[in-house]
Amino acid sequence: MALPLIYNARSVKVRWASTTIAVLGIAGVVAIFVAMLSMARGFQATLVASGSPANAIVRRGGSLSEMESAISLDQIRVITDTPGVMRSSEGIPLISPEVVLVASLPQKTTGAYALVQVRGVSARALEVRETINIAAGRYFRPGIAEVVVGSNVAHMYRNCGLGDTAHFGGRNWTVVGILDSGGSAFDSEIWCDAILLNQTYSRPASMYQAATVKLSSPEELFAFKQGLTSDPRMTVEVEREVDYYERQSQVVTTMIRVLGFLVVFIMAIGAVFGALNTMYSAVAARYREIATIRSLGFGSGSIIISFLLESVFIALIGGVIGCLAVLPINGYTASTLNFQTFSSLAFAFRVTPDLLAEGMLFALLMGIVGGLFPAIRAARLPVAIALRSL
Amino acid sequence: MVRVDGLNQGGALIEVRSLDKTYQRGSEEIHVLQGLNLDVDEGDFVAFMGPSGSGKTTLLNLLGGLDLPSAGSIVVAGDEITSMSGHKLASWRARHVGFIFQMYNLIPVLTAYQNVELPLLLTTLSKAERRRHVETALAVVDLADRMHHYPRQLSGGQEQRVAIARAVVTDPTFLLCDEPTGDLDRASAEGILDLIHQLVDKYGKTVLMVTHDPRAAERAGVILHLEKGVLVECQQCGRSGGMS
Amino acid sequence: MRFFPFIVANLFRKKTRTVLTVGSFAAALFLFALLATIDTTFTGGVEVAGADRLIVLNKTSIIQPLPISYRDRILQIPDVKHLTYAVWFGGMYQHERNFIPIMAVDTEGFRSMYTEFAIPQEQWEAFVRDREGCIVGRSTVNKYGWTLGDRIPIKGTIYPGSWEFNLRGIYDGTRAEDDTTQFWFQYPYLDERKEFFKGVVGWYVVRVVSPDADARVAAAIDERFANSAFETATESEKSFAAGFVKQVGNIRLIIVSIGSVVLFTLLLVTGSTMAMSVRERTGEFAVLKTLGFSDLTVMFLVLAESLMYAVPGACIGLTLAKIFTLQGDPTGGLLPFFYLDPERMLAGFVLALAAGIAAGIIPALLAMRLRIVEALRRV
Repeated sequence: MALPLIYNARSVKVRWASTTIAVLGIAGVVAIFVAMLSMARGFQATLVASGSPANAIVRRGGSLSEMESAISLDQIRVITDTPGVMRSSEGIPLISPEVVLVASLPQKTTGAYALVQVRGVSARALEVRETINIAAGRYFRPGIAEVVVGSNVAHMYRNCGLGDTAHFGGRNWTVVGILDSGGSAFDSEIWCDAILLNQTYSRPASMYQAATVKLSSPEELFAFKQGLTSDPRMTVEVEREVDYYERQSQVVTTMIRVLGFLVVFIMAIGAVFGALNTMYSAVAARYREIATIRSLGFGSGSIIISFLLESVFIALIGGVIGCLAVLPINGYTASTLNFQTFSSLAFAFRVTPDLLAEGMLFALLMGIVGGLFPAIRAARLPVAIALRSL
Repeated sequence: MVRVDGLNQGGALIEVRSLDKTYQRGSEEIHVLQGLNLDVDEGDFVAFMGPSGSGKTTLLNLLGGLDLPSAGSIVVAGDEITSMSGHKLASWRARHVGFIFQMYNLIPVLTAYQNVELPLLLTTLSKAERRRHVETALAVVDLADRMHHYPRQLSGGQEQRVAIARAVVTDPTFLLCDEPTGDLDRASAEGILDLIHQLVDKYGKTVLMVTHDPRAAERAGVILHLEKGVLVECQQCGRSGGMS
Repeated sequence: MRFFPFIVANLFRKKTRTVLTVGSFAAALFLFALLATIDTTFTGGVEVAGADRLIVLNKTSIIQPLPISYRDRILQIPDVKHLTYAVWFGGMYQHERNFIPIMAVDTEGFRSMYTEFAIPQEQWEAFVRDREGCIVGRSTVNKYGWTLGDRIPIKGTIYPGSWEFNLRGIYDGTRAEDDTTQFWFQYPYLDERKEFFKGVVGWYVVRVVSPDADARVAAAIDERFANSAFETATESEKSFAAGFVKQVGNIRLIIVSIGSVVLFTLLLVTGSTMAMSVRERTGEFAVLKTLGFSDLTVMFLVLAESLMYAVPGACIGLTLAKIFTLQGDPTGGLLPFFYLDPERMLAGFVLALAAGIAAGIIPALLAMRLRIVEALRRV
């Protein structure tokens, strides 16, 4: 026999104060839980979005990132001739040799200097990276001290708006265009002419750091890689661009996840305690009812389910409130130092449906844990004692 | 000597004059006590009887300083308690009054010993001195062998004894009992009444008791009836199985 | 004092509830301590940064090198007491996930510049004598189970190839916030073996006669190399570290917001527990008042009871947190240190007391103002 839900509804109404508290406790935990996950998710997504499955990054053998690597012009030529490289409609191989450095620029809000990634590229860079386009202004001219900046750079740093003059490397650069890469890492970068960049930083003129190659199809990667690594002249790493960026996100994402998990775990304990308190007091307040119900013939099963339902219901309400509370941060842009690339990366919090679902699941779990023991106590209540309190 | 006409010219231990107590119930005003007078001397044992809702408990509360009258005065051992501030009243109560309730009202998480000790915590007595008082009080109520038991381990009668011990441990000026035997079976009730009687006879205590039970009332020296807000003496009330 | 047994007895009234409430406090304080530790990790670098040390970097970009020839020229600048240099090597041990901060250092000046690191004399000398020697911090050594004399293979990332070093010494920090994850080897070895860009260093570290001279010497150094091919940007180690913290983002804000949410939730939970508890005992409080307990005394009893949840809970939570942090970095080496300092523990304790009082104050006031007669009637 199932107990009428009216008992639960009435009980919740009578103990509205402590119920509200349990609900808020769970809401708080779910909100922070989802917030932490969406921070990690957002950071990772920004980097992952930076890569295309049809692109490959070629670096010097042994290097873990673009900045640690070095590739000469000769090696670029070898790469160009390797089968698998896509050609444009005019027959030009779509390969972008790039120089990657870090410059200090003052932030708009505080004036404090932050490290920004500067990428020296050629005109072909946009063809290789299809997802990026010029949102405003135009591309820089080769050999001229002009730059295009990512949309986040324009927002966050001084003198980086369209038409401004940015200063780095001891030189002045005119901002002639703004890049839009759909919320990926490139939005936090500054692009300029590779050869001029090398010159500015007193590096050898035709020494690049990496080459991004557009493959004729994503499946070509293996053959392309084979072709390169079997050549004795080349000690290179060939990696799919998507994988490369995912790797670059791991340190910060791990940190956020581990620390976030710890925080949420502790909070959950507190919230569960709150739920337990509420439910135990519910049981205590309803001694007589439970005794009466049991003397009428309802079994322990019905009682347990009844209390569990109540606890889960409270928890789910808390979960919904928590999810609603956290939704507004979706899209909130924060910036942090990515230790792996040694430069600032702006990213947006990403609250996705599956994260919300995880949050609700978490709430459900807390509801079950918070209700189970009180429910069992209610079911095991010696009827005689309970009736005596009548 | 107990009087209810209010004509006594001082000297009584407890002196009540023109006591009024009015309650608001919704839009109505209920005059529970109206111009009540009372004189009680040391060593008197008074029982209050009357129909339910007549205000017996109200009177007791007023006498014990648990409530303030709408008008009138209560003087105990020379102190006018109706004009005392909350804090002073609490101190006065600790020193002068011992309460015995129908439902014993023991603290369930404390042992008998600790319950009896409770009022003494308000004094400056040392732990050893407190122990002496508690053990004496428990001996008087004949429960010395159960002093470390919890209320739930005692029978109703035993619990009431502990309550009585608690009431007398500070050697108060007078005792107020509200239906002390109301919740007890016959045998235990007799035991409690014997005890109270002993407190009056042997230890010279002053006791004011509210009761429904005629057999309890007849143990008292004087039976007073609460009617229409004042007290009247009633010699036959106990015998003829008074009104409840 | 004398009321203590009474207060304690009340806690055992409903053991489950007491355990849960104390547990809530413990959980909240554990969290507080954890957040404080994370905060310390990010800002601690600033606190331990040498006040009298300057760091000299390439002005155009932090990752660009400086010539070794600058060494003598910097030493000539007035008020410069001491100098050393290093190069960031990068590199990995076995797997990319094993991140170790590896640097090639100047064997002459390094040790006396970083006096906060303790290295036994004979180990340092063994290191200096061995061109392929290395000195590693205690945390890293413990993490990988290395012992003195081990030959450690490192895969170069910036400087490609296979590099092997002999572990000649282990250094310890002298303060809790010191970074003991670093790996140092000899600069001459790097310079010899690398193919390009010989004769450069990553950065210089300069000790100034006194912290007041910081700004002056920094300016002097930068001026000396202004308009050269390798211009310098010099600042105090402290401000350099602070700059990094700023970049990691508004960590403090996030921590404070989480902390507030937690504290608020905690207050609600304990407050409601106290309220429940007091409500159930109105009869008893009435009895106490009949016995002559003053309103104020009753109020203090309730507050004291609230603190009896807070204090043990706080002690348990803080102790557990301390034990947890002593286990080391939970992210497996990504953080330079993971330390809970006594000041923050004390702050947590005070916070718990305040929360206990705040949670108990309303029930206490309610108990204080309880009208005896009504309460007795309710019983």
